[in-house]
Amino acid sequence: MKELVVISGKGGTGKTSIMAAFSSLAENKVLCDADVDAADLHLIMNPNVIRQTDFQSGNTAVINKDQCTECGLCREMCRFNAISADYNVNPIDCEGCGVCVYFCPEKAIDFPVSTCGEWFVSNTRFGPMVHARLGIAEENSGKLVTLVRQEARKLAEAKNLDLILTDGPPGVGCPVIASIGGASVVLIVTEPTVAGIHDMERVAQLASHFKVPAMICVNKFDLNLELTREIEKNAEENEIACLGRIPFDPIFTKAMIQAQTVFEYDGISTAAGAIRGTWQRLTEQLEQ
Amino acid sequence: MIISVASGKGGTGKTTVAANLALSVGSNVQLLDCDVEQPNAHLFIHPVFDHTETVTAPIPEINMDKCTLCGKCGDICVFKAIVVVGETVLPFEELCHSCGGCMAVCPEDAITEKGRELGVLQKGHRNGVEFIHGKLRVGEAMSPPLIKEVLSHADPAKLTIVDAPPGTSCPVIETMKPADFILLVTEPTPFGLHDLKLAVGAARILNIPCGLVINRSDIGDEKVKAYAADENLPILMEIPFDRRIAEAYSRGDIIVDVMPEWKEKFQALYKKIKDLRVVKFRN
Repeated sequence: MKELVVISGKGGTGKTSIMAAFSSLAENKVLCDADVDAADLHLIMNPNVIRQTDFQSGNTAVINKDQCTECGLCREMCRFNAISADYNVNPIDCEGCGVCVYFCPEKAIDFPVSTCGEWFVSNTRFGPMVHARLGIAEENSGKLVTLVRQEARKLAEAKNLDLILTDGPPGVGCPVIASIGGASVVLIVTEPTVAGIHDMERVAQLASHFKVPAMICVNKFDLNLELTREIEKNAEENEIACLGRIPFDPIFTKAMIQAQTVFEYDGISTAAGAIRGTWQRLTEQLEQ
Repeated sequence: MIISVASGKGGTGKTTVAANLALSVGSNVQLLDCDVEQPNAHLFIHPVFDHTETVTAPIPEINMDKCTLCGKCGDICVFKAIVVVGETVLPFEELCHSCGGCMAVCPEDAITEKGRELGVLQKGHRNGVEFIHGKLRVGEAMSPPLIKEVLSHADPAKLTIVDAPPGTSCPVIETMKPADFILLVTEPTPFGLHDLKLAVGAARILNIPCGLVINRSDIGDEKVKAYAADENLPILMEIPFDRRIAEAYSRGDIIVDVMPEWKEKFQALYKKIKDLRVVKFRN
């Protein structure tokens, strides 16, 4: 079984749109949306949720005012400034470390488990999908990413499917690290802009750090041909496969508005053709 | 005043708006790039850097001469970042949240602290704009501690514009917390709207007033505007799609440099924010 994770470094390069398009082409796969704090793939996939589970992770301190003597030890020990002068824990600032809970001389601090979000197993017109929603301002996104990927893997095994297509988050921090560990390959969707190149290099470095093979494709390539060529040349020099160039095309937005993939919207467009070529080269790489 | 420029969705134009706003409002302004995972503002501002420092987070260092292997450090650590295994204590440095619990609980005072490198902080300036950014070490999982460090350089005597990361989880919340106003940059598409709602939700939890900039405003549908009307969110600026802007962006050019008519528009944006700031966002 193989897992392809689509990442970018920079946000807005077209990961989710291209992932959705791949869903039209790939067979025998499970879809996985690992961009848990700003999940968008479902807006095109229109999932029919068959199982929903709360995601509980970490704890938040709550001071029991009846027992609290306001001795101040918790405020002194809290490194996150989460306890106010009137002994209320701000759940947004609370790191869930439990130090105040442990050291309170009156044992006046409760430490309930936090429900940070939910995850879903769904059916879509392109096959099964695992996705999630992290609550606003919640932490533990890395853990939820790991969970959705594990569930996608379980589902693929149960249904005898040999490919997991995972939509990753932007950046290089804990959600991205959690999304690429153990992946068969990552596809970095980049764009020919100075910001796109800067961010692509950082995420390629991350993939290399975690020993995950990387490939790239250049989206919106015609916005800057010179930079497109520079990206392709650098990829070649670093032995990173460059799978294709996809043009900037308003049909990406038009398809998104219709909750369709680019192929469903206009399968004979130039953009669709470019994605088809990229997918073709990608499957050849995956087979190696 | 501190203005945080956020979005929810990546790629809507936060850095573009933050950088152009900073360069349009005269002097006595700071630009803090808090997208420490992927700091891009410097690619447009081209600051002259005059200061670089390594930023660290405290993690435990165990003196094995004093350690009795009692295991209390492992017991208190909720992050599983330190554990007694056989005759030794294993720290898992990347998992440590720097809460100090292990150090506080050790009955032998066997734990002191050393630093785990989070990344670097750099300071510079260009055209009267004081520029500060953080760059997370590739491989470091946690961005909030470095974001906090960048934000600690906000100067209350200046206008501070903060470029936030994409998303709505803890790094973005950290960047929004100190703001007097949150400027949300969105695009009129289903992804833009979906993620904008999350960002507005975050601003509400923090009880900070916000307003919108709609980028690529003529490509998409009307749902963002309808949402803004329903929620009484002021639309403070619209930037129509313009291939010249996209191409300038690709080169790392600043809009107000290559299309000077935009300077007035960013100045007008700043004035609208100042006027709005007195009206608290109703929860």
